[in-house]
Amino acid sequence: MTQKQSNIVTPPRPLSIEETYNARPQRWWLYTLVVLIVVVLLVWSAGGVQYKGVTTKGTDVARGIAQGLLHPDWDLLLGRINEDTSTTQLFGLTVSTEGVPYLLFQTIAIAFLGTIIGGILAIPVSFLASDRIVPKWLATIFQLLILLIRTIPSLVWALVWIRVTGPNAFCGVVTQSVCSIGMISKMYITAIEDLDVRILESLDASGCNGFQKIRCGILPQIVPNFISTVIYRFDINMKDATTLGIVGAGGIGAPLIQCITSSRWSMVGSYLFGMILLMMVIEYLSTRIRNRLTRG
Amino acid sequence: MKKTAETAYRVPLFDRIFPPKTIVLANGHSVKQPRSRMPLITLIIVALIYMSIRLTGFDLGIIARRGHQFTVILTQIFSPDVFNIQAKTFESFGLNPETVNFFSIFDGRWWEALWYTMQHSFAPNVFGPLWDTVRMSVLGSFIGATIALPIAVAASTNINRNRVSVTIIRLILNIVRTLPTLVIAKIFALVFGLGTFAGTMAILVFTLGVITKMMYESIETIDMGAFEAMESFGANKFQAFWSACMKQILPTYLSYCLYALEMNIRAASILGYVGAGGLGLLIDERIGWRDYNGLGTVLLMLFILVVTIEQLSQYLRRKLS
Repeated sequence: MTQKQSNIVTPPRPLSIEETYNARPQRWWLYTLVVLIVVVLLVWSAGGVQYKGVTTKGTDVARGIAQGLLHPDWDLLLGRINEDTSTTQLFGLTVSTEGVPYLLFQTIAIAFLGTIIGGILAIPVSFLASDRIVPKWLATIFQLLILLIRTIPSLVWALVWIRVTGPNAFCGVVTQSVCSIGMISKMYITAIEDLDVRILESLDASGCNGFQKIRCGILPQIVPNFISTVIYRFDINMKDATTLGIVGAGGIGAPLIQCITSSRWSMVGSYLFGMILLMMVIEYLSTRIRNRLTRG
Repeated sequence: MKKTAETAYRVPLFDRIFPPKTIVLANGHSVKQPRSRMPLITLIIVALIYMSIRLTGFDLGIIARRGHQFTVILTQIFSPDVFNIQAKTFESFGLNPETVNFFSIFDGRWWEALWYTMQHSFAPNVFGPLWDTVRMSVLGSFIGATIALPIAVAASTNINRNRVSVTIIRLILNIVRTLPTLVIAKIFALVFGLGTFAGTMAILVFTLGVITKMMYESIETIDMGAFEAMESFGANKFQAFWSACMKQILPTYLSYCLYALEMNIRAASILGYVGAGGLGLLIDERIGWRDYNGLGTVLLMLFILVVTIEQLSQYLRRKLS
């Protein structure tokens, strides 16, 4: 309030409320301009997006998905083994590779490994991209690299890596390790830039050596931040792992899309069911852990 | 339901299994030092890593053996055919590519060469899908964000006092948010047919989920004094919210909208992969034909678009806050 009033020339008597209200800064031209730009953008976009009506199959699809979610395929959802399911040996157990539990665990494993590797790789990248630590030109190069990693969609990374690793879960891990570097580094850099370096001086004064200074001065400041970032990214990677599965990088995505395409709704239902449940649990847990980390 | 300090503190399970070390100080007091959780956490993480490696068939040997494939593809991607053709055309138009610099733009031949490059590279084919991507994200973000506001208000506990309806709305929103955009797009592509409409709908649903969550979290932190005052004057909930809370949440809301638009451009660029229109179609096609130079052109243009929109949105968001 005080800021706005300071612009007004002080009149001989104090302004009444109504007069102050009328003297408020008028920016109608700005609002009109913004609204105009938005309207033009919307008209332009709406022109390009045509509604061609629901396809003849469309209503069946909608009904199928609703039905599938209500009556999921329980054998698939619980990973029961029939004579025609393909199985694999894992930790001394025979598990169905088509079953929801196996696929979900694989999705978690992809996201977990991808996040951890990405989080570790991001440490040197973020230090090299922070212009508080390295010269400006080097920082710019690495910032550009981070920008590049973030801009190229993870799906493209996956499609490129598939040529190297073949379509399997390993491809998903490699892709996520690369893609995670972008966002994780960006958030690491903020943490590094917020470092309080004055504490190093006090540690110096109390006779600490270089290692002790890092152990007691730097690590306590950045580690909670880094871990919180990694957990947040794990959340994102979980969802991304499903997407990557669609191009064949392992996990639950590929069978889900196949079932949608071939209209096996009860299977779609069980995959979606498992996925939704898992995502909710993961999100709940990650929020709880991160809250504890920030509160200390 | 107020608990006393003694009952509120429950000894964590970990401390009951590994009791804290008791240190007797020089003055006779004793303090308890809880055991470090680090070994346990490390053990759990190592076990998880081992299990994950078994589950995913993790094998660094493959990368060592076939890593050169990746570099081959990357070099092709990073020499988009725009640049390839440009170098050749410069020569055919009588320009030496080595001496071309900023001042060449005053040379008519430079413009001819550029025009020729644009026409003969893959770039002209990219513009259509690129604009489709922008259209899908703009329209989807706008409609999604508009619908999100009332839902967010209904899902915030300080305005909607009805516990049951808040829980139901939040549950539905949670379910919507767990579905990956590509799966939503695939379903919409089946329902509405292939094309940009399915993509727009997918973006809309995605935006709705994200903005609603962020909005109800910030609505819950606003100052409710003005709202209560308005209600005591006899305003109904809508009027009170409109005049007391709208001013408080509008900047946050707009900044979330811009943030969502930023994310959506990136998300929309891959939706074409499942047939929902936009750049994804082109990306899929280029990779299928192993035309990595063309893919490079597509990615270069996407990169320019994303960076432009990000800069613009960040500028506007800084203005808003």
